[in-house]
Amino acid sequence: MRPVRVLNGTASPAPPPHPHHHLLRHLLSSAPRECAITASTETAAVELRGITKRFPGVVANHDIDITVRRSSVHALVGENGAGKSTLMKILYGMQKPDEGTITIDGEQVSFSSPGDAIARGIGMVHQHFMLADNLTVLENVVLGGEKLYGIGSRARKKILEISKAYGLGVNPDALVEHLGVADRQRVEILKVLYRGARTLILDEPTAVLVPQEVDALFTNLRELKAEGLAVIFISHKLGEVLSVADDITVIRRGTTVGTAIPSETTPRALAELMVGSELPVPETTESTVTDRVVLDVKGLTLGAEGRKPLLDHLTFAIRAGEVLGIAGVEGNGQTELIETLIGMKHADSGTITLDGEDVTAWPTRKRREQGVGYIPEDRHRHGLLLEAPLWENRILGHVTEAPNSKGFWLDPKGAKADTERIVEEYDVRTPGIEVTAASLSGGNQQKLIVGREMSHTPRFLIAAHPTRGVDVGAQAQIWDAIRQARHEGLAVLLISADLDELIGLSDTLRVIFDGRLVADADPATITPQELGSAMTGAASGHLEHPEDSPPGNIADQNSAQTGGEDR
Amino acid sequence: MTQQTPKELKRELLKERVILATAAPVLALAVAVALTSVILLATGKNPFEPYSLMVNYVAEWPDVQVLVINQTVTYYFAALAVAIGFRMNLFNIGVEGQYRLGACIGGIVGFNLPAPGVLKMIAVIVTAMVVGALWAGIAALLKVTRGVSEVIATIMLNAIAAAIIGYLIQRDVFGHQPEGSNAINTGELPESAWFPGIPYGDYEIYGFLVIAVLCGVGYWVMLNRTRFGFDLRAAGASESAALASGVSGRKMVVIAMLASGALAGLIGMPVLLGESHTFMSDFPAGYGFTGIAIALLGRNHPLGMAFGALLWAFLDKASTTLDDNGYESEISVIMQGIIVLAVVIAYESVQRWGLKRQQQKVGAELAAAAKKNEEVAL
Repeated sequence: MRPVRVLNGTASPAPPPHPHHHLLRHLLSSAPRECAITASTETAAVELRGITKRFPGVVANHDIDITVRRSSVHALVGENGAGKSTLMKILYGMQKPDEGTITIDGEQVSFSSPGDAIARGIGMVHQHFMLADNLTVLENVVLGGEKLYGIGSRARKKILEISKAYGLGVNPDALVEHLGVADRQRVEILKVLYRGARTLILDEPTAVLVPQEVDALFTNLRELKAEGLAVIFISHKLGEVLSVADDITVIRRGTTVGTAIPSETTPRALAELMVGSELPVPETTESTVTDRVVLDVKGLTLGAEGRKPLLDHLTFAIRAGEVLGIAGVEGNGQTELIETLIGMKHADSGTITLDGEDVTAWPTRKRREQGVGYIPEDRHRHGLLLEAPLWENRILGHVTEAPNSKGFWLDPKGAKADTERIVEEYDVRTPGIEVTAASLSGGNQQKLIVGREMSHTPRFLIAAHPTRGVDVGAQAQIWDAIRQARHEGLAVLLISADLDELIGLSDTLRVIFDGRLVADADPATITPQELGSAMTGAASGHLEHPEDSPPGNIADQNSAQTGGEDR
Repeated sequence: MTQQTPKELKRELLKERVILATAAPVLALAVAVALTSVILLATGKNPFEPYSLMVNYVAEWPDVQVLVINQTVTYYFAALAVAIGFRMNLFNIGVEGQYRLGACIGGIVGFNLPAPGVLKMIAVIVTAMVVGALWAGIAALLKVTRGVSEVIATIMLNAIAAAIIGYLIQRDVFGHQPEGSNAINTGELPESAWFPGIPYGDYEIYGFLVIAVLCGVGYWVMLNRTRFGFDLRAAGASESAALASGVSGRKMVVIAMLASGALAGLIGMPVLLGESHTFMSDFPAGYGFTGIAIALLGRNHPLGMAFGALLWAFLDKASTTLDDNGYESEISVIMQGIIVLAVVIAYESVQRWGLKRQQQKVGAELAAAAKKNEEVAL
């Protein structure tokens, strides 16, 4: 054993007997924070010691200590803004640390550009892919690395070799524009391996993937690990981290607050380590569902030319004070449902009734004016003007309503005052309302959106992935806001990929599959596992716990799913 | 570290915005001057004298000053027309064709309308604006119904407009040939239909200067103080976000194109109603393209574009003195070219830098505040 490392500078009198077992308790108590790193005989792939990085007026990282073993997947978890990205930028040579050392394979190094890092076998797969759509996989991989294996048959051979060795299943001649997200990600991974990476940094790789693709990615990661590579996996999805990582390092407020081994910890304990406080649970206490139907959707159908409909005769009702949760694997019609309800798309048949009034033909603006709140699934594309100040973002979507305008004229004064109020009430962390939306973290952007939508006292709220990419603290606040509104008689349509959130917040659950609502469930009794299997189309009807649907049905649904994947 | 009050921060953000807004054009101008000097040096000329020659020339001669101001007025309309499209992410290259066709038909209507002078003048202006709007409207219609890029459509429409003008001013159509001249025009307007000028010493500035100022103010108010302007800016900044907030992208495309075309119709008016009093075969051309450069330079901002137009006009008119002093007047054209290139690069980099800087600043503010809270809690 190497001597116990003490973090945050406070000396500990004696190391605990079994460091890992007691780690979390120690960290959560007011006792000096400490943690142990298991000594190993081999040299670590990456060792970061005492990394500190200051930006003018802010310390982004301080006293970071991380040891990444060869042949392991090392997860780096922490809230948004905890300093994970800065740290990875330092490791990838994009920024230089002010203090501390980086050791790669036992040799101390100093990077002044990503080129240096690549030369040392460090590769980075960014969250947003950097591929040229109109080039083939081969062309994308050799681009910028022409000197390695040329651009012809030697490169192709190498690509196939790598693809085979790590089970990536990449076709070098496929056009990138024809590839799905998961395939593109594999191309990105191949790209860094092609350049000789021995240590891979993956920045939130699962954020863009659906559950099945996540499993496939994890299989790839295990292959990489088996071949002796080290993988640094950045994420804030704790369930995933626990399933794939060998070691976990938690970062909070710019410093490493602890390490853990997946087999000895739980998502909850990890999350508590991340936020440093007790975690909220998304459970709603008492039912607030009333008899009054607010939103009534009948036979809603949205066609696709020459293919089967994207939405196929959806019928459901949401009552005042009710949260209807829609579960489903992404791409089964959720986006289309939202867009049809908000009026960005118009249904081919079926009706949408809001408080007894037929709104099917209403344009988006009228729906929003008349009390349809909208928390979009992609806030950057649909909810914000990123380069506009916060108060202009407060106007967005509600330009015709008070306090944003008076008749024909805008009312910047009113909008600004109300933005101040939202910032205060919804705890949007910002130095002011004149800063651009792009400079806020994801959680604070989302709180601004939630505050904006709630400010117009909606009757019906569409909440699509309301806490996606949002840190744990903001998540609790957003849940509170939804619960509060539900209590006041709001009807909510909740769409989420987070099954715990879905089960915890919803009063009623429906499962969408291939454009149809195929099953319903009672959130009080259903488990995420049961819901998950219904999402793949394996079950239909009312999901009774623990009964399963008849086998014949499974076969039917499976064939339907195969058809759906062609899209 | 000192803690800032919100008011201080607000002031600082404002200051920073102004600096960011002016940094790019100033940088571009500096680069353009430097590169032009390098070119002068490379050709064995004095690298600095041309600038002082041009400045002195304009400072000395009131008639040149009038030329510069008049040119500025015309350029300003062109820049506004282009800018309104830019704000909606539309690249209206067709301003050229829109203003020339507008001026031509405006001139024809004004000459042939049996009405008193003032009404003739108003008819000319209204016709030019309507024709400009309709001509741009064709491109808008093609875009929203058939998905044709407005860039392609407006370029094509420029060529068609030139052909139509060529036809209209033929002598057996609407053309007139004044005695003793081989130029063709659409007929001279009576003096009562001229737009009054503003006296400037012994000379006259286009009265359209007033209209230009009004248009600039109106442009700013429309964009920043009306619901419509907000929708337009939102649609230009993020089509998807605008759609989700109930702004019809198609409607905005049509409106922005029509407005752009209508403003384009005004470009020819200062010359037509203040100087030539007719549309002739050698009616000034090319303002539509210059307008693109000035809108870029002025960052679509009404004040920025005013400075841009003034700079362009200065370079245009002052360069004539270079020929008399042993330099090539094309130096100013070189400078204009470099400015356009430098401006595009400078804007992009200054904007990225500014955004990043603000993000860092916000991060710093929040970290400082969090730290303070923590200390208080302990």
